[in-house]
Amino acid sequence: MSTPAGISDYRKQEESVTLSSAPAGDGIEQELMTINMGPHHPSTHGVLRLILTLEGETVRDVKPIIGYVHTGIEKTAEDKPYWKAIPVVERMDYLSYYFNAMAYCGAVEKLLEVEVPARAQYLRVIHLELNRIMSHLVWLGTSCIDLGAISVWWYCFREREAVLDLFEMSSGQRMHTRYFQVGGVIEDIPRGWVERVRRFTKEMRTRADQYAALLDRNEIVLQRLRHTGVIDEATLLGLGVTGPLLRAAGNPWDLRKAAPYSSYDHFDFKIPVGTIGDNYDRYRVRHAEIYESCAIIDQALDGLPEGPFITTDRKVALPPRHELATSMEALIHHFKLVTEGFRVPPGEVYNPIESPRGELGCYVRSDGSSKPARVHMRDPSFVNLQATAPATRNSYIADLVATLAMLDPVLGGVDR
Amino acid sequence: MPDATGLELIAQDLRAADADAVLGTSFFREEATIEVAPAFLRTAAQALHAKGYTFMASCHGVDYYPEEPRLGVHYQLLDMPNVDRVCLKTRVPIEAPNVPSLCGIWPGANHPEREVFDMLGVVFDEHPDLRRILMPEDYEGHPQRRDFPIGGEPVLFTYNEDKVPGWTR
Repeated sequence: MSTPAGISDYRKQEESVTLSSAPAGDGIEQELMTINMGPHHPSTHGVLRLILTLEGETVRDVKPIIGYVHTGIEKTAEDKPYWKAIPVVERMDYLSYYFNAMAYCGAVEKLLEVEVPARAQYLRVIHLELNRIMSHLVWLGTSCIDLGAISVWWYCFREREAVLDLFEMSSGQRMHTRYFQVGGVIEDIPRGWVERVRRFTKEMRTRADQYAALLDRNEIVLQRLRHTGVIDEATLLGLGVTGPLLRAAGNPWDLRKAAPYSSYDHFDFKIPVGTIGDNYDRYRVRHAEIYESCAIIDQALDGLPEGPFITTDRKVALPPRHELATSMEALIHHFKLVTEGFRVPPGEVYNPIESPRGELGCYVRSDGSSKPARVHMRDPSFVNLQATAPATRNSYIADLVATLAMLDPVLGGVDR
Repeated sequence: MPDATGLELIAQDLRAADADAVLGTSFFREEATIEVAPAFLRTAAQALHAKGYTFMASCHGVDYYPEEPRLGVHYQLLDMPNVDRVCLKTRVPIEAPNVPSLCGIWPGANHPEREVFDMLGVVFDEHPDLRRILMPEDYEGHPQRRDFPIGGEPVLFTYNEDKVPGWTR
């Protein structure tokens, strides 16, 4: 491979490849080919660019190039009061906005030492699990398109619409709802919402059964997914991979069970695990998680406590609308919160939660002012993306597409 | 999380290996943090790894401006069987932002350390592939530093390509 003169060091590094094996075939002319996949490629699930080194149809090396949707959200959050940073933080991983808000709000609550009321914790759990189902539905639908099955996509997006309708009913928005606030949630659920969620979880289980009937023993799915993209547990742990990918390899690590937050310890649910960590296990683990999320939602609706839906600490949460007309103090609190925001005691905390893709941790540093000095998200997609190369090396390029789909990176979260 | 006593015991073990290694400990909001000198970061990480903190959950970069030393790197380490977290922290001045890379212990530190380098300009020594990850390769400066100017950047169109400084380089 000749290198053109004047090429930058960066490009040289991109071209450098680590060969995982010597070229096969004795006496046959072998040539490695470097091709570019993405950033605008339908099966990269966003603007992910891969530089592939191919030997025939076999992938010898993969270099992911990211940053195409980097929008400086962490920098933007530094310039906003704590509660006004929630909407920008929500937009990081655009498929799990409730989780982004939860990680961030939880970190700020930790700094403030604010107690979240029980009803708010339950409402959060219900919305988080609805969001998890929604995220897995998008993953399943788009992954099946990559495998050549478009019908599953239509079914998944039909159910996803039902979840988005529920979000719209409870918060007024279908995506990026800004429903979670520091200290609780923005408002109580509307009348009739509980019944609709119950109807949804009942229907969702049937729908998930139907997906299973379509896919579980489907010959094409089995051929594409079984024994492809295998990574063992030790490699995954070394790479920092968490979530369904780790659970597919047999490690039952789930922060909802291991370190329960937001009263997850009140609910009875199972953690699906796989056996060998191939793509089929990843599919089965996520599919089984849909049922468990339905179970959690049902239990949370059954046990939904009465009481306030946001903390009564007026220094943190906005006063109710009706108080503004009668109480001078409420008006002052409202004015202070809306103009300056609340001040947070100095310190730094890390708040990890279990997102649909793994450990989503939010690091917040406060310098005592009303704006965060640093917000940093440990996004699971960003870390899990490192598993692309070990999962696809020495496999066919068609398996690369299947593996990438099953790794489920969301580029909004990767690039932030 | 180790409790405050457990944290001091860990710090004591690190001090026993090298007296100057630990600069301080803090137990804040139930979170244990050990601050070490950059030169001892790798040995401290290895010692914690041997203690069972075998999973690197995340790596964060911080700019402590206007405090000195300005740049901070945090490694959140996790002991999965005991569900125990400890934060390993080190701080370096902006003039000599060199920190030993922990990629040798945790291969998963690769992308996060590249991000810290990209955003804050911390140089990780012996990192296998230290280059920008989120910003374009020809970008100047490190945007997450607190004194990085916020504001407009010239938007490129065909008519002003030659007028935007740094574009043709």
